[in-house]
Amino acid sequence: MKIKNKTFRQNAITYAMVLLFYLICQGLIMSGNMSSLMKGLMVPICYYVILAVSLNLVVGISGELSLGHAGFMCIGAYSSAIFAVCVDGKIPEMAELLLALVIGAAVTAVFGFLIGIPVLRLRGDYLAIVTLAFGEIIKNVVNAVYVGVDENGLHFSMKDSLSLGLSENGIEIINGAQGISGLPRTATFTTGIILVFITLFIVLNLVNSRQGRAIMAIRDNRIAAESIGLSVSKYKMMAFVISAALAGVAGVLYSHNLSTLQATSKNFGYNQSIMILVFVVLGGIGNIRGSVIAAFILTILPEKLRFLSDYRMLIYAIVLITMMLFNSAPKAIAWRKSIKERFFSGKKAEAGKEAQ
Amino acid sequence: MKMKRMMCAAMAAAMTVSLAACGGSNSTAETTAAAGGAAADSAEDSGAASSDAVFVIGGSGPLTGGSALYGTAVQNGGQVAVDEINANGGINGYQVKWLFEDDEADGEKAINAYNTLKDGGMQMFVGTTTSGACMSVIAETENDNMFQITPSGTTADITKPANVYRMCFSDPAQGTKSAQYIAENGVAQKVGVIYDNSDTYSSGIYENFVKEAQNQGLEVVGAESFNSESKTDFKTQLQKLKDAGAELVFLPFYYTEASLVLKQADEMGWAPKFFGCDGMDGILDLPDFDTSLAEGLMLLTPFSADAEDELTQNFVAAYEEAYGETPIQFAADAYDCLYVIKAAAEAADITPDMEISDMCEAMKTAMTEVTLDGLTGQGISFDENGEPNKAPKAVVIENGAYKSLE
Repeated sequence: MKIKNKTFRQNAITYAMVLLFYLICQGLIMSGNMSSLMKGLMVPICYYVILAVSLNLVVGISGELSLGHAGFMCIGAYSSAIFAVCVDGKIPEMAELLLALVIGAAVTAVFGFLIGIPVLRLRGDYLAIVTLAFGEIIKNVVNAVYVGVDENGLHFSMKDSLSLGLSENGIEIINGAQGISGLPRTATFTTGIILVFITLFIVLNLVNSRQGRAIMAIRDNRIAAESIGLSVSKYKMMAFVISAALAGVAGVLYSHNLSTLQATSKNFGYNQSIMILVFVVLGGIGNIRGSVIAAFILTILPEKLRFLSDYRMLIYAIVLITMMLFNSAPKAIAWRKSIKERFFSGKKAEAGKEAQ
Repeated sequence: MKMKRMMCAAMAAAMTVSLAACGGSNSTAETTAAAGGAAADSAEDSGAASSDAVFVIGGSGPLTGGSALYGTAVQNGGQVAVDEINANGGINGYQVKWLFEDDEADGEKAINAYNTLKDGGMQMFVGTTTSGACMSVIAETENDNMFQITPSGTTADITKPANVYRMCFSDPAQGTKSAQYIAENGVAQKVGVIYDNSDTYSSGIYENFVKEAQNQGLEVVGAESFNSESKTDFKTQLQKLKDAGAELVFLPFYYTEASLVLKQADEMGWAPKFFGCDGMDGILDLPDFDTSLAEGLMLLTPFSADAEDELTQNFVAAYEEAYGETPIQFAADAYDCLYVIKAAAEAADITPDMEISDMCEAMKTAMTEVTLDGLTGQGISFDENGEPNKAPKAVVIENGAYKSLE
């Protein structure tokens, strides 16, 4: 009973934190006190939080190192963008976004399942390598694909847009490396936050459910888990597919936040996958709330360091290393502990003063 | 348990403070801007044009990462122009402030850079440097009705919004003009193309080149592609084009890769004619490149640092003095952008205290009326679509230097 209360309280804190963040930001936006930069960052923060939380499900809860998360994001973004271009102006914006989210999540889940079949037979480093390759393959494939539509239906080519053979009033949907353009920009901060809540709800509930405990049991001791009759592949697949689908949702949000979509090594390459992994590692592997906070901080940080101009990326790296050390180095943990002990052994009033 | 909660509270507090700080800095910026506007009004009333009010012109481009060279060139070229303009009395008597932000050549980061510039009080936007990033920013500038001119974003659709202009040639223009030049001057009949299919610039030119080549009766005997991950070995592509009997190879991509193509063709003992676009500009300055390999290479470029005219010479001298390197075409494009803004702003008689949107409307009308003798062409004018009208300069490399082709 007590344990249940504890997890409930922990989860409530996470939800409350996100809600508080939303209310503060919304207040600042309404009162016109938020800078354009921060306003522009609101939706990106949401999709990076979703990406971090969903990757934490695989890396932290299921214990598999996946480096292909940006690939899933890419699938979600492209599938929803194709849908958005096809139905643009034919159905209301909100309905379009909702359907795009469903389609993005569903397509990515299917891919997650297909990729999960061979990948989850592997362990450790091998799994990391294969997922890394998968992410790169996805990026390169969407860069080489040309898709167009006219009254005769869909046209498809891997060579160039000329060989699509479109009629006069046909439109190009995916134009190879030039990507998809003319996307509706319907993602808002509110939709983003709602999706963050849904993601947190799914992941936190999964973790504390029977299935979640099975996933963690397999992570901690595969043989013991198998011996009591847990199906290893089923539970691993469950975590992997849910994580992929949520990354797809983040991709949908990404594609609906920009008017054009191109797959570059910056947004869907392995750099991005590593970036998401950095969110997870910084926030603490297996710590969902940590992922949320880390994704928030690391999205804001490079923008807030712009005043350093040429040294921005250098300082960003140093800050990142310092934060990692502060968070996880044994000496830093011991130091933090001693500080906290001193902090709490003092009188409450003093503590209050210090906090101020 | 308690500690965690404390940590949490501290975190939340930190976030709130950081957010409030952003809000705060923004509002102070606004108030100073407003104060500046008021000062300008009073200054005008008293008859003195020079005051604290300045035109804030922003630019963005990649300053970090693989294409940092181009962003830096735009930043520096713009700075040279702004320094000159300010030394000569500014625009309409107001000084100009040049802000530049890193957009990492990425659509998402470009929007952050644009928003940062807006927070810095930007009134007109020179950017972005790269096409992909530009495509995502135009939606923002159109929304804000902010005047935008890109020095080097070549994708055709960039100038679709009415507020966006372009200084360089678009992809279609470059592809089409290259094909026309080759056909009209009888340079070759059988043409092969190598292009980068992961790059919007390269594949955009390629497609339009092939379209126009067919109109012009050129025979495209082969089109081979490479991508950003395999851009060091071009022997396969060259061999295929050689077997197909190409007399000329069209290279619509940047000079770093082109230098490898030239070197590898030489190693194969194959010497077709080579033809490039504006991305080829800079090949002679490449370190460790044997310029004799580039003999006879033809390219369409709007700018060459060796040009004899006074404007170019002054610009190159100023740039070399400030930054210790020879300016590339991106720097020249940015320089011309600033001067076009100056010309249009003077024609429209705008002042820094105007609303951004009103300024844009006034600039839009004036842009179609001005002509500029710039670094990248004589008598540059703009049509209402935002495209520049200027003659492409074709040059051939002879004895390690550009020589104009007519």
